[in-house]
Amino acid sequence: MSKSYKLAANDVNAWYGDFHAIKGINIALEEKAVTAFIGPSGCGKSTFLRLFNRMNDYIDGFRLEGEILLDQKNIYKKDVRVDELRKEVGMVFQKPNPFPKTIFENVVYGLRIQGVSKKKVLEETVERSLKQAALWEEVKDKLHKSALALSGGQQQRLCIARALAIEPTVLLMDEPASALDPISTTKIEDLIYELKNQYTIVIVTHNMQQAGRVSDHTAFFLSGELVEHSKTKTLFTSPKDKRTQNYITGRFG
Amino acid sequence: MTNSDLNRYKDKAFQVFGICCTFLGLIVLAVFLIDILIKGLGRIDWDFITSLPSRRAMRAGILTAWVGTLWILVLTALIAIPLGVAAGVYLQEYARKSRLSDFLEINIANLAGVPSIIYGLLGLEVFVRQMGLGESLLAGAFTLSLLVLPIIIVTTREAIKAVPGSIRDASLALGASKWQTIWMQILPASAGGIMTGVILSLSRAVGEAAPLIVIGALAYVPFVPESPLDEFTVLPIQIFNWVSRPQEEFLINAASAIIILLFITFLLNGIAVYLRYRQQKKVKW
Repeated sequence: MSKSYKLAANDVNAWYGDFHAIKGINIALEEKAVTAFIGPSGCGKSTFLRLFNRMNDYIDGFRLEGEILLDQKNIYKKDVRVDELRKEVGMVFQKPNPFPKTIFENVVYGLRIQGVSKKKVLEETVERSLKQAALWEEVKDKLHKSALALSGGQQQRLCIARALAIEPTVLLMDEPASALDPISTTKIEDLIYELKNQYTIVIVTHNMQQAGRVSDHTAFFLSGELVEHSKTKTLFTSPKDKRTQNYITGRFG
Repeated sequence: MTNSDLNRYKDKAFQVFGICCTFLGLIVLAVFLIDILIKGLGRIDWDFITSLPSRRAMRAGILTAWVGTLWILVLTALIAIPLGVAAGVYLQEYARKSRLSDFLEINIANLAGVPSIIYGLLGLEVFVRQMGLGESLLAGAFTLSLLVLPIIIVTTREAIKAVPGSIRDASLALGASKWQTIWMQILPASAGGIMTGVILSLSRAVGEAAPLIVIGALAYVPFVPESPLDEFTVLPIQIFNWVSRPQEEFLINAASAIIILLFITFLLNGIAVYLRYRQQKKVKW
């Protein structure tokens, strides 16, 4: 193994109450690369993604077995502080979810909750993050206007900027373009392509073309199991598993 | 007559019936208001508002009563808002679904249905006697706080529930603690709804006489309360006292006091309606 692995899962099982959502998954995700999780609705790919920043913790009846490793450290150990973990592992959600505040305040939220209040630091962070998210040119004159006035695509890039502002090393994206129009989707995809030089990105998507366009690796999930995980090109051109082949050729899901 | 004609007539008939039902309540209220206004409006002047109570109807005023009502309003708000909102936040945001939380929920719903006079008896025993507060404003405010707490808790929960989960997720995913999320996102976003519920519950408390009579609020207080431990009266008790007298003049006084009391409750309800309107006008998520 020449490449280093940023994230890994060892024998991970997860339950919501009696429902066995994740079944014995082992996977390792490469650093500074994009991994796509694909699979039909309800296959557990979003649940699995949310394990990496412990977003399932607050759900009633949620239970986990196995290890999730970030930089070889188990993030579910007792001494791990969830807020510290989430500074390292940012997340972007399916529906753009800006706070009902100004653009500026949205971006600096992560810093504010850490107690950062120096104006210069905040301003620099806003400019850097919005530039990284390819939104700066569109909003630089209205930073103090409400974020809710932006278009859906702009809102989603704002959410990406907000996640980048706290300088994570991993970015989890849960169907980040599924609520957007094709032009906005293209912008998000271009952005992902740019960001993978600096960040380890995991993206859940329903859209197989999208997985093909943006990802280096693809993992196919079915009913809570990891069916196949390989280089995106390999998975789409010569899948090893019959179920993967059926799925990518559109025979179900 | 064809079947479709018949259906149309039924439809019309129900509409007329519905309109009648709607107006019935309004007409009764209007008749009451007009009656009260005719009787009482002439009696209201600056003297009436600023005079102490008296045995002679023409000299009696409502100063102690409305100052008492104001005291009770403010003290009840100070006690009930933090308790009610905190309990609502706990039940909605922290409490895991368990037998205990179910038990709490059912009992809070039950509390909302307990007659106010029962709260009065509770207040009499706990606050007036056990805690030794006496027949004071503070004992009254505590008692009325118990009365409005269930309403505040329920409306707080409803208001918090209306905040989309995506906002919670966004805040938590950025490394915020649960408390930071609640304080910086959930409460500001639900403040309008919470305040609406708080004000409506307070306007109910302002109109209560029964529990305060039970804890010993007096009808005749010849001085304006100056501290939370003073004895007091409130407008509803003053009204109750006046209408139970035989002299015509006192009935007129009562009508005037009712106008003032209605003015206070309508004002509170008006603020609540305004807050709700502003909340609805806010940009949708």
